[in-house]
Amino acid sequence: MPLHFELVTPAKLVRSEEVHMVVVPGTEGEFGVLAGHAPFMSTIADGALKVYKTENGAPEEIRITGGFAEVGDAGLTVLAEHVEG
Amino acid sequence: MASLKELKGRINSVKSTQKITKAKQMVAAAKLRKAQAAAEDARPYATRLAQVMASLASKITVSENSPKLLAGTGSDKVHLLVVANSDKGLCGAFNANIVKAARVKAQELEAQGKTVLFYLVGRKGRPVIRREYPDQIAHMFDTSDVRYPGFNEAERVADELVAMYEAGKFDVAHLFYAKFRSALVQEPTDQQIIPVPAPKAVAVTSDAVTEYEPDEEEILAALLPRYLKTQLFGALLENAASEQGASMTAMDNATRNAGDLIKKLTIVYNRTRQAAITTELVEIIAGAEAL
Repeated sequence: MPLHFELVTPAKLVRSEEVHMVVVPGTEGEFGVLAGHAPFMSTIADGALKVYKTENGAPEEIRITGGFAEVGDAGLTVLAEHVEG
Repeated sequence: MASLKELKGRINSVKSTQKITKAKQMVAAAKLRKAQAAAEDARPYATRLAQVMASLASKITVSENSPKLLAGTGSDKVHLLVVANSDKGLCGAFNANIVKAARVKAQELEAQGKTVLFYLVGRKGRPVIRREYPDQIAHMFDTSDVRYPGFNEAERVADELVAMYEAGKFDVAHLFYAKFRSALVQEPTDQQIIPVPAPKAVAVTSDAVTEYEPDEEEILAALLPRYLKTQLFGALLENAASEQGASMTAMDNATRNAGDLIKKLTIVYNRTRQAAITTELVEIIAGAEAL
């Protein structure tokens, strides 16, 4: 089951796609989000999100600063002030 | 009665003014579309952040230990008016309206015995406010070095505001900008930004218990400055769209006025020309009859 992942900056919606897993560098430690994760909110340390499109594929890294993650019924939403690349 | 040559000169000068206003109108129309698209793109972030803030705010109670940005300093003696203007003119009463709204508020606050300070964003509001409140301008933020005020500017303004707030330079901040209703209507708006007004609680859609990391209060403290930035950014975008809208309308009017003026001047020109010809003919005929 894919996870719905959204990355939003103040300027625009950067991505909105179905992925396998996202590893998020939370301020109190990294956590991975798969589909069906319990509702969760966390601030994010400045660093790289690792997006796994498929189970065994290599992760794609997106560097963000000033982030905040929200996991809900709709999937994972990352609000970031700045996104690199 | 002006001479033919003078009239011709005036018609030509009005014509070239009309060319300028027409060009500016078309530029504004193109930029307006761009500004509206930018405002549109900024919406998802703002709504999501507002939702998160609302759900957090409903979970904690505001007390003395709450972050100062939410709870306030405990007094309301010093008010800071953040006035967002444009850097360029040729947009009708756009800047004047915003400044007027700020001035009305300032007079109202001063009548209540409060101290009023100004924080000016953009160039066009400066001369007016500097003339009336020469010693009350806390800072003038310059946006003339960037083409379109963006999130970076909003971020810098927010950081400065928070620093000033934490240094105890003011207690309450209001933001003045023009809300974009349509190309014809821009509404000068007064919005309190510090202390952050608690977002309206929305109905919780899911009854699952959300976990927080770190706890609610710390997340809220981290999100408050970001919320402020988003609001400033939103205001800057609205302002940019409003400026182009106002400019479009003002230039449309100017172009039309120039057209009317050219018509009138042309009629006067033709009449004068005919009068001159008639006089000449009368002179010739009179001369011929005298022979």
